[in-house]
Amino acid sequence: MGIMLVSIILSIIRFVKGPCYTDRVIAFDVMTISSLAIIAGVAYLSGRVIYLDVAMVYGILSFLGVLVVARYMEKGL
Amino acid sequence: MNILAIIGAFVTLAGSIFLLLGSVGLLRMPDCYNRIQAGTKASTLGTILSFAGILLIMPGWWGKLLILIISVILTNPVSSHVLARASYHKRVPLTKATLVDKYQEEEEYIAVKDQHKEDQNNDQT
Repeated sequence: MGIMLVSIILSIIRFVKGPCYTDRVIAFDVMTISSLAIIAGVAYLSGRVIYLDVAMVYGILSFLGVLVVARYMEKGL
Repeated sequence: MNILAIIGAFVTLAGSIFLLLGSVGLLRMPDCYNRIQAGTKASTLGTILSFAGILLIMPGWWGKLLILIISVILTNPVSSHVLARASYHKRVPLTKATLVDKYQEEEEYIAVKDQHKEDQNNDQT
């Protein structure tokens, strides 16, 4: 889980630094996906199945967020 | 501690190493499209390996973990594809080392074909 935290920190650096919109969106995507794995690890450590539901909803929300931002970049609202 | 938990721990470690490599690629690649490639592909594999490791450690949770793995496989390439297409239409510049741009050739070919078809229609009328 420490390695996953390091990966989230590296993608935050790209999120701050990125020269175009695409970099920021893809850094956000990598951040959410790494935190999906972290949520699964927390669910194992605390021994509760219900945390996996949180991970599921979080994944679907990040997918919808990336889709909406990409459509906004392509055609406008 | 049985053998399945040890295998699961190693698989989870491999998944987190893939996540780390994906975000190192996100930092070091020269181009927006290369960053999309590195980030999405490596992070998909890393997340799937992490879930598979937890599936090996806790075999009773297989239902929700299987749904999570399938949803990650389905949604992650779709989002990266949509993002790459949007940034191409937005004319985000490619890197200097790009040699071929097949998508632009395809668009020019389609434009030439449409022009040819319009000329034929004009000749007929």
